Amino acid sequence: MPESTVRIGLVLPDVMGTYGDSGNALILRQRLRMRGIDAEIVEITLSDPVPESLDVYTLGGAEDSAQRLATRHLARYPGLQKAAGRGAPVLAICAAIQVLGHWYETSAGERVEGVSLLDVTTSPQAERSIGEVITRPALDGLTQPLTGFENHRGGTSLGADATPLGRVTHGVGNGVGDGLEGVVQGSVISTYMHGPALARNPELADLLLARALGVDALEPLELEEVDRLRRERLAVGR
Amino acid sequence: MWKTLPVSTRHDGATRPGNSGATGPATRFSVRGRLALRAAAAAAWASQKAGRGKGSMIGGLIALKIDPTLMSQLGSGKRTVVITGTNGKSTTTRMTAAALATIGDVATQADGANMDAGIVAALSSHVDASLAAIEVDELHVPHVSDALQPQAIVLLNLSRDQLDRVGEINMIERKLRAGLARHPDAVVIANCDDVLVASAAYDAPNVVWVAAGGGWAGDSVSCPRSGEPIVWEERTGDATGIAYNHWRSTGTDFERPTPDWWLDDDHLYGPDGSKIPMSLTLPGKANRGNAAQAVAAAVTLGARAEDAVAAAASVREIAGRYSSVQVGAHTLRMLLAKNPAGWQEALSMIDHDVDGLVIAVNGQVPDGEDLSWLWDVRFEHFEGVKVVASGERATDLAVRLTYAGVEHTLEPNPLRAIASCPPGRVEVLANYTAFRDLNTAIAKENRDA
Repeated sequence: MPESTVRIGLVLPDVMGTYGDSGNALILRQRLRMRGIDAEIVEITLSDPVPESLDVYTLGGAEDSAQRLATRHLARYPGLQKAAGRGAPVLAICAAIQVLGHWYETSAGERVEGVSLLDVTTSPQAERSIGEVITRPALDGLTQPLTGFENHRGGTSLGADATPLGRVTHGVGNGVGDGLEGVVQGSVISTYMHGPALARNPELADLLLARALGVDALEPLELEEVDRLRRERLAVGR
Repeated sequence: MWKTLPVSTRHDGATRPGNSGATGPATRFSVRGRLALRAAAAAAWASQKAGRGKGSMIGGLIALKIDPTLMSQLGSGKRTVVITGTNGKSTTTRMTAAALATIGDVATQADGANMDAGIVAALSSHVDASLAAIEVDELHVPHVSDALQPQAIVLLNLSRDQLDRVGEINMIERKLRAGLARHPDAVVIANCDDVLVASAAYDAPNVVWVAAGGGWAGDSVSCPRSGEPIVWEERTGDATGIAYNHWRSTGTDFERPTPDWWLDDDHLYGPDGSKIPMSLTLPGKANRGNAAQAVAAAVTLGARAEDAVAAAASVREIAGRYSSVQVGAHTLRMLLAKNPAGWQEALSMIDHDVDGLVIAVNGQVPDGEDLSWLWDVRFEHFEGVKVVASGERATDLAVRLTYAGVEHTLEPNPLRAIASCPPGRVEVLANYTAFRDLNTAIAKENRDA
């Protein structure tokens, strides 16, 4: 385990943070601190180049115009892409899937280039998908159902290099009729479970942290209220 | 000295709907309109007697069913102020009504019902009033303004509400902008510290700009007119030395307009160098901004600024909010918050010397079923205060508080949560249905006691 402080990149919270997504960076930091590991959040705004040296990165969702600003900034300062290239874990929420893909179509029908970190493309669904979503994880290292709240118009199709994060048991997910939710490619994990997805999914949080620290697993953290929240939200799917 | 419009000095007494006879403003109603008003009054009376709440909504719904043009008939004889925005609508409406009452009789909502039926109910409960202060839901402003032809439209602020229900905030701004374009004669009283409000009002020919404060910049990093970034910088006002946050678009000619009215901690400053001491009964910075806009609106309709300030300052309670209630060994102060900006404001009003703080969160449809916003609110540390996470979604809140490092206990039932606090003063902060249900529960508790 590294001696120094773990640095968590909160990427463009000024434009990509529609629904409390910055909570994910906070949860990662606190789960490290609760284990006695020093950690800090590095906020990267539109006025900063994106550094490639951080240990783990989180990105949030956005509305159309803000999403476009974020895409332009990431293309201009490709620190995130370089970090992902060396295997630094990245958590991308909701619209960030679209920004990290090859392209996405706006609600007005315009096609906008993404940064091609993920082999996906996104077009609007007929209707917005809004509500609780539950999936069975499809990623090695995850054993517990994933739970979240989705609210997105975009429907995302996976290319050959991308795999899903989970299979939907309740809700919509990626929204193209294949029953899949989220995208995993290399060290990038992305999901339509928006906002503070890690609040309900501590196993996913710890998987990101273990990868950031280069260890197989972290010592377990007993947070009774988190277990209770999972029970309450998973009951929605029954 | 003040920007004024012609003022009617008539002081009509309030009359019961339907009994106005052949003289007075009631003559402007069609036969169908009068029938609708009478039916509304009867239904409201019956609903109240049946114990089904205040009855005004029922009356309004029935009246609109009988005569859909009733709203414009009701509005035609009145000089009306329409008040909208994400937060502070009910408070500002109450303050505007109080300020307008210094120059005439005012029709206004008693209950914050701000869509068609509630508006018709408010107007028909005070048919002969020459003035009206009407709270309107953001998305209803265009068609309500078409019906009421208001003299002034107050735009407070626009921020994210419950997005799983309403839609994106930029769409609301565009609809408001389009709605205002149909009313070039109305004076728009707009908050210049709010980028989205400023965008909605920017093209209007008659704008009174008020620096009412912008607590929540999170929804306005991108320019609503060009999509390019908005740049913020702290500046100091030239005339006053008061610091403020200037903003400008990097994509088009759009920046913070110079205010006609602005504030510091003790005064309200207005046109022509006026400086009026202002000390409100209601707590919080946001309410000072609300008062400034209410005063600017009332002055636009002819009120004296000093009188308007005194009237707005006397407002102490809005539908149970900010009120003090005794329950057993606890004196409660009730605060309501409906969205991230409202929560941040309400948290800033919490008295750190109290004995307990109960935060109650529900996730029903009127609250928004998505609780992600909890993570957009900064929860401070409340040293020495017992904090209880409560409400139907108490667990979501408890997890948020855990990660914020705020010590707390968990008790989903708000009455039991209050009872678990040490005897003394307890602040209760709740979202919409949690607030509503707790008020009902407290009333029952105190009745049974």
